[in-house]
Amino acid sequence: MKFGVLINEGPYQHQASDTAYKFIEAAIEEGHEIFRVFFYHDGVNNGTRLATPPQDDRHIPNRWTELAEKHDLDLVLCVAAAQRRGMVDEDEMKRNSKDANNIAGKFRISGLGQLIEAGIQADRMITFGD
Amino acid sequence: MLHTINKSPFEKDSLKTCLRYAEKGSSVLFIEDAVYACTKGTIFEKQISDNHGNISFYVLGPDLEARGLDNSNLTNNIEIIDYKGFVKLVADNEKTQNWL
Repeated sequence: MKFGVLINEGPYQHQASDTAYKFIEAAIEEGHEIFRVFFYHDGVNNGTRLATPPQDDRHIPNRWTELAEKHDLDLVLCVAAAQRRGMVDEDEMKRNSKDANNIAGKFRISGLGQLIEAGIQADRMITFGD
Repeated sequence: MLHTINKSPFEKDSLKTCLRYAEKGSSVLFIEDAVYACTKGTIFEKQISDNHGNISFYVLGPDLEARGLDNSNLTNNIEIIDYKGFVKLVADNEKTQNWL
């Protein structure tokens, strides 16, 4: 079965990002396909490569990148939410004349249409957030 | 239909709202801080036991354990499941409503 996942909460905020990660891990283990993970609102902060959490804590952004590399996940940050919060990839950096970018590996920035498409294409849609 | 609740009923009204809308035959899953709704002796115990039979109640085991709770603290008729059980609930129900 194809799952679409929407994450509306940032890392280290409450528990949504962790629950979503564990859910996706379990879904893959059970043989399901993750059509897309869409990060919206504060959820876009999951996609920074500049985070340095304490060594004995989980590294949430890296964990997403690693999971995506392992299972070829499509991790999408909402462009409007990303712009507001200073989440920038190379294209956005050029487009908005910024001096840096900070997006983590395997994440990409795109529009809300990607969420709608996930809602249409996936058999199940599940939301994690506050 | 599956309903998920992720906040404590002492913090938010999502359990109350959910139970108002949940129809007979649906499932309610407590995750994250919502697991506190499952503890015995709270004002929510009755709301859950009153609906038993119409609604199936589940709680995410790892989130219970993370808060020092287990079977001995639980309101009757709530089934403890793991993440695989969570995935199965989502797969088994055509629609999921996440009360945030």
